[in-house]
Amino acid sequence: MSVRRLAKEQPESFAFNKKSEDEIKFWLGKYPDDKKASAVIPMLWIAQKQEGWVSEPAIRDIADRLSMPYIRVFEVATFYTMFNLAPVGENLVQVCGTTPCMLRGSEDLMSVCKKRIGKQHEVSEDGKFTWVEVECMGACANAPMIQLANKDGDHYIEDLDAEKFEKLLDDLAAGKKVEYGPQSERNASEPHGTKVLSDPSLYDGSRAKKIKLPNTEKAEG
Amino acid sequence: MVELLQDKDRIFTNLFGHHSPGLESAQQRGAWNGTKDMLDMGRDWIIDQMKASGLRGRGGAGFPTGLKWSFMPKEVGARPHYLVVNADESEPGTCKDREIMRHDPHLLIEGCLIASFAMQAHACYIYLRGEYVTERLAMEKAVKEAYEAKLIGEKNVHGWPFHVYIHHGAGAYICGEETALLESLEGKKGQPRLKPPFPANAGLYGCPTTVNNVESIAVAGTILRRGADWFSSFGRERNVGTKIFSISGHVNNPCNVEEVMSIPMRTLIETHAGGVRGGWDNVKAVIPGGSSVSLLPKDICDDVLMDFDALSAHKSGLGTAAVIVMDKSTDVVTAIARISYFYRHESCGQCTPCREGTGWMWRVLTRMAAGESTIEEIDMLLEVAGQVEGHTICALGDAAAWPVQGLIRHFRSEIEERINNYREGKPVFVSQAVAAE
Repeated sequence: MSVRRLAKEQPESFAFNKKSEDEIKFWLGKYPDDKKASAVIPMLWIAQKQEGWVSEPAIRDIADRLSMPYIRVFEVATFYTMFNLAPVGENLVQVCGTTPCMLRGSEDLMSVCKKRIGKQHEVSEDGKFTWVEVECMGACANAPMIQLANKDGDHYIEDLDAEKFEKLLDDLAAGKKVEYGPQSERNASEPHGTKVLSDPSLYDGSRAKKIKLPNTEKAEG
Repeated sequence: MVELLQDKDRIFTNLFGHHSPGLESAQQRGAWNGTKDMLDMGRDWIIDQMKASGLRGRGGAGFPTGLKWSFMPKEVGARPHYLVVNADESEPGTCKDREIMRHDPHLLIEGCLIASFAMQAHACYIYLRGEYVTERLAMEKAVKEAYEAKLIGEKNVHGWPFHVYIHHGAGAYICGEETALLESLEGKKGQPRLKPPFPANAGLYGCPTTVNNVESIAVAGTILRRGADWFSSFGRERNVGTKIFSISGHVNNPCNVEEVMSIPMRTLIETHAGGVRGGWDNVKAVIPGGSSVSLLPKDICDDVLMDFDALSAHKSGLGTAAVIVMDKSTDVVTAIARISYFYRHESCGQCTPCREGTGWMWRVLTRMAAGESTIEEIDMLLEVAGQVEGHTICALGDAAAWPVQGLIRHFRSEIEERINNYREGKPVFVSQAVAAE
């Protein structure tokens, strides 16, 4: 298991802004009235999206609003590794290091990170980057890959190699817009140049015609 | 010669995202066609058809889906019933549910309605892993479309009041274990529960609940539309149907592809993934079903079939059908050590054998990869792996032990060679260059 602690330096206070409040309302509407604790992960995530990380005052605020003991929310914040418990750079670069990505060169990406950004978990001097090695992100057919979290949201950037990755970091440092998804000629995770799913009759609407379900005849007597 | 799956028999016709995931486009491809007729046939018909189709759960354990649905209480008591869809796809190598959710979300939502109706649930939660932000937004969009078209909702054209809620985690592999997922959904740490009680008795909020994988639910509509006998016509007995395979690692074209069950591994890789880097003879080992199952050396891979029974006969498993290919350049001990690191990182810490054992196995394997251990430690590692396996609340302990046991079963001589090389001052591991293509 991973041992995670709150940051030593904490802000005085925390308050959700208007945009966050709207999102919280949306999430709270999903659970039964007496089960609002279910919204704890989404609310911590909203707090992180607002501030860039989860602070102790945010944990207390969320606990109060969900009528949960502080310790329960603290447990959740420290258990789930996507919650940043300390501030991160403008661009959080999460490099997948698990075996499927490792087989396709994730170690090269991490070498680039070390060279360009510095030590894992630390904010780069210019404040623009933090990098971390994370566990499998479920995009193994597009390995190696990273997830980039910044003001623009959270996006997978896939089918990388060291050269493309360096260029990506250059562009991010220069404040340029970057392309998300596969950095190859692929659309998603289809086999390159495949003929699979090329039958036009799948897409011409013939499948939308009224059908009679099979196996619906009542059994005899 | 194996009969490959033809386009007309593929369930996920937008797996590659070349068409719109939107409702109109999904309906053109056949989603939501005849759904009302299915519900009109009644719960028993749906469950019987699902049982007859032979569908086994696509999340890894392979439990028959129709049977699982039939475990829910027949009458709804004071506690409401729930369907929970496990979209916490985190098993290393697996990346199939992601494609369903972002490219064919309506098949999933339709399946949720059918399954919920069959189990008398009026609400369904779809739990996505936290990293799948794009997929979550895609699902929210599709759910909104389904509500607006009155396909789901309190009052809908299907006559069964039904709500779908998208929920998400925040980076914990263990939440893919069904009871940990329920804990997480209730707002707690994702630590698995002791069973019994099983979720069908006391699941989400203490209510009867069934947890199913995304793919298991998303195929339901098409199975009922095309017929149980159609689905069961693919693959071998007890291992039927079509299945999405995720192929990663040292292949020329890594990909996701839907194929028939029981397809030979070599055919699968050579037909769809462009073959192994450097040719089939360059295979060192293949993990056939996600990181939790044992790897297989080349001689087994040569003719093994991709299904539950064939792979478990070799002490491995189909798992999530995530095929991770390693060619001869691979440092296989380090590759498995990295998997051990994964389990150490993801252990929830609840059971001592897993919390302590996963770290121990990783540390020993790391030393073995460098040759810095003793020959006796190989058996000790095997013994400790056996002590972790089967001694924990959930299957994460087993999943951590199996790859290690598989490595020793098939590559013991390689570990011994490293230890000897290290002692003799020779290079411990020399990677074989990849043959030119």
